[in-house]
Amino acid sequence: MQQVKMIITGPFSSGKTEFINSISEIEVVSTERSISSEVERTVKDNTTVAMDFGRITVDDDLVLYLFGTPGQRRFDFMWEILAEGMLGFVVMVDSTKPETFREAKSILETFRAYAPTPYVVAANKQDLPDAWKTDDLRIALRIEDGVKLLPCVANQKESVKTVLLELLYSILEEMEAK
Amino acid sequence: MPLQGNLRDFSTTQLLNLINLAGKTGTLAIFEGIPTKDKDAMGGVKMAAGKERARVAFKTGKLIHAALDDQDGNLVAVLNKAGKLTTEQARIIRERARNTSDKALALLLINANYVSQKDVVSSVQQHTLDVVYDLLSWHEGPFRFDDDQLPGSDRIMVPIDLENVIIEGARRIKQNEVLIQEIPNLDISLKFPENAKEKYKGVHLSVEEWRIVSFVNPKNTIRQIAKANNMSDLEIRKIIYGLLQAGLVQLVRSSAPILDGKGRVIPKAPAVQETVVRRIIDRIRSI
Ligand SMILES: Nc1nc2c(ncn2[C@@H]2O[C@H](COP(=O)(O)OP(=O)(O)OP(=O)(O)O)[C@@H](O)[C@H]2O)c(=O)[nH]1
Ligand SMILES: [Mg+2]
Repeated sequence: MQQVKMIITGPFSSGKTEFINSISEIEVVSTERSISSEVERTVKDNTTVAMDFGRITVDDDLVLYLFGTPGQRRFDFMWEILAEGMLGFVVMVDSTKPETFREAKSILETFRAYAPTPYVVAANKQDLPDAWKTDDLRIALRIEDGVKLLPCVANQKESVKTVLLELLYSILEEMEAK
Repeated sequence: MPLQGNLRDFSTTQLLNLINLAGKTGTLAIFEGIPTKDKDAMGGVKMAAGKERARVAFKTGKLIHAALDDQDGNLVAVLNKAGKLTTEQARIIRERARNTSDKALALLLINANYVSQKDVVSSVQQHTLDVVYDLLSWHEGPFRFDDDQLPGSDRIMVPIDLENVIIEGARRIKQNEVLIQEIPNLDISLKFPENAKEKYKGVHLSVEEWRIVSFVNPKNTIRQIAKANNMSDLEIRKIIYGLLQAGLVQLVRSSAPILDGKGRVIPKAPAVQETVVRRIIDRIRSI
């Protein structure tokens, strides 16, 4: 049985768990716990403390795992271990929260340094009225032209599928280029 | 929906860069920040927008107008500040032309030989720049950019290229942390953008900045350029930040093999076959 993995990363509350939940065939084995500090609770009630874990069975001898990183920086010692051997990664950005853009960029750069695999940026929460548009986000996050930046609504399965497929197309392209 | 945020997360310089690169038309308003009991997603105090403090207008990525809420931005005041009208002249004109628009007033003053057209243009331009340079030092305040909203046609608007304003903004940065966040790694190199010739047209750089530009080459890392020019990390970051924000240079990604902690080369692609990727694609399409 071959197992491959992709990483879903991004700042606190950007929608990583939601993303994996929308597509995983198993209930996300999440290590959520309620948020203790008052600061974080005002944003949402649960945060991922270790990592999310989703699965997509491809066929009898191939399984794709989706790992969601914990959004809070104090858990980032795990990132490097997670990143090893990944097929590619998705950086989730909450398009309505410019205060997280700097953090998103820094997470992106960190993962990029771990492994030179393809990645895409998902401009999440595009269903909300105050979401920044993808064109503006590309400039704000200084995403190079060759990198895909995709609009995303993480609780909609079709949207999640598109993001994953675009990442897979990039992976394929890179393989074919060799 | 307008573009919204707070200057502490997305600075005036970054906003100007965004407006410049996206060629936006519209008005940027900056407000007084009123602390709320809520926290934002990064744990900072969430600020609500209070009274408007400044308003800056752009047309297809060029600065055309700027006004501070607590400052008289009328043409008479602007010409007086620039020394083109004496305070006494300004007082008399103000009295006589109370309800005249800036544009109509400019025509009257030019026809009456009080000032030349050049005086008007340069004074208005300088006033706009003064306001924006002031905004570059604001590090807090909710902002909103409304697409396609422009000041009334009675205002005099002089288009100004944003590149120079952005570079000036970078020159004025005092905190090293901002720069380190923007350029964490000095061991990468720089290259020119594709339309470099067009971008550099009309840009005013200092001698040091030109010197750095002359070293831009994918073969030189930022650290090497700093060393060759005897510059501190802060100095080089400041210049490169300005050039990057103004779109005059770009960072180059190294294609050298990436080493892990023990000096081993990390393989460029995972050891997965193309057919595996194709199988995953088919599966996800079918979900
Ligand atoms: N409207 C909208 N809400 C979303 C979307 N994606 C996620 N959310 C909501 O945003 C909040 C955060 O989503 P999570 O999936 O928990 O975020 P996370 O990245 O896993 O957060 P951490 O694990 O704490 O880092 C939740 O309330 C989600 O329901 C989206 O596309 N649109
Ligand atoms: Mg989570």
